[in-house]
Amino acid sequence: MTSNPRPLSPHLQIYRWQLTSVLSILHRASGVALALGTILLVWWLGAASDGPEAYARVQTFVGSWVGLILLFGWSVALFYHLCNGLRHLWWDTGYGLDLKSVYAGGWAVVAGTAALTLIAWIAGVAHWRG
Amino acid sequence: MITPRLRSPLSRAMGLGSAKEGVEHWWAQRVTALALVPLALWFVIVVVELAGADRAAFVDWVRQPLPAIFLVLLLVATFYHAALGLQVVIEDYVEAEALRFGLLVAMRLAAIVFAARGIFAVLKLSLGA
Repeated sequence: MTSNPRPLSPHLQIYRWQLTSVLSILHRASGVALALGTILLVWWLGAASDGPEAYARVQTFVGSWVGLILLFGWSVALFYHLCNGLRHLWWDTGYGLDLKSVYAGGWAVVAGTAALTLIAWIAGVAHWRG
Repeated sequence: MITPRLRSPLSRAMGLGSAKEGVEHWWAQRVTALALVPLALWFVIVVVELAGADRAAFVDWVRQPLPAIFLVLLLVATFYHAALGLQVVIEDYVEAEALRFGLLVAMRLAAIVFAARGIFAVLKLSLGA
């Protein structure tokens, strides 16, 4: 296998990433993350039905640094998968598949994810404090 | 149709080919995705409003009919959609036949177990004492 020294593709150290492929793999990654995140959702609902002590344990965990980081990651994954999922549904109708629209939609998804995450956390912290 | 003589009229009418299935997976993924757009946005608003609330406030909220119904719908759509997505991920990356089959079965069963646990919790809170 060493007889041909031609560069391999994709050569990750000198690879020029594109928005399109990065967003594509992030859609799958965020989907897997959200699937794992549903365990937290079920744990929360189950604890609420089990009683005050179990619910307090969930609240302590979610309020901890680890819990907050997980919750933040979960919210980013949700908003990203939601925005990019809408982009996919739009493509499914047969529109927006030219290069210009694909890039415009991609950046719109990035902006939408950032905006929704920011709004949700500002509102969440405001509710938590008050 | 390249070789119409080799296919039965029934096979042609069903149009499923050698994969033995058609576009059900694709459609189910899209329909659950569509359902999850309003459900996910609703859920985010709920989590924001319940931030910092104690269990009593949460139980009061979930005992109303609409939140309970929406939570059950959210759980069904989420785990259905997640199982469809994880299926494709497993099929794409796990090459070994036995491991792939085992993972697919385990993933489906896990999705059903978690969905059942969540739905039971909602129903217990909503209908129970």
